[in-house]
Amino acid sequence: MPYSPLLVKPMREELSSLGVEELLTAEDVDRFLGNDSGTALLIVNSVCGCAAGMARPGVRLALAEQQPDRVGTVFAGQDLEATARARAYFPEVPPSSPSMALFKDGELVWFLPRHRIEGRSAEQVAEDLKAAFTENAAAPAAAG
Amino acid sequence: MGTFHQGKHALHGITVVVDTTGAEVWVGRCDDITEQGVILLDADVHRDGDDGHSKGEWVERAARFGVWPRHRRQVLTGDVVTSVRPLGEVG
Repeated sequence: MPYSPLLVKPMREELSSLGVEELLTAEDVDRFLGNDSGTALLIVNSVCGCAAGMARPGVRLALAEQQPDRVGTVFAGQDLEATARARAYFPEVPPSSPSMALFKDGELVWFLPRHRIEGRSAEQVAEDLKAAFTENAAAPAAAG
Repeated sequence: MGTFHQGKHALHGITVVVDTTGAEVWVGRCDDITEQGVILLDADVHRDGDDGHSKGEWVERAARFGVWPRHRRQVLTGDVVTSVRPLGEVG
């Protein structure tokens, strides 16, 4: 059963305030991931405090320095249809949340599962993200 | 380590590899470690040699992508557990 929207609101806003697009429906996901040009980061957000508490700050730190062409998020356990649709774009990868997937020209090129976030700091998560961005030619963030 | 939940082991919420005295190795989210044993949630298991893969090879793949949650809850009694370590520390 999904958590109260009131509880997850700040967890959503932690990403949306960075300009991350909230993908609330399957149609949103198809529009976001169906565009197969450039780089797209998909964040599977989660209530889990053990890992998501470091995932979101890690995203903030990484996006301050480098930006994929598009960044979107689905919320596992909340936006069920959107999350299921997003996972259908990488069916060979077991479901985990929080997690992050980087696509380049429509192809999954990097995946950070939950267990690579657990027990790590936001800075360590950001370093992993930035390395993936660099390897896949995401652009530096605009100054200011 | 993980977020501390009252009354739970420090590995609560962390995805762990549990090796056993037998052919099986398990990966799952640790719910708790008690006198009863290791309690895993959303876990998967591999038997040494299945699909041509050793325990170590299967764990290495699990470390890259995770595991499918084929067992909702699994209790591994202390007498069969030889080690418990975070999957994130593998590889």
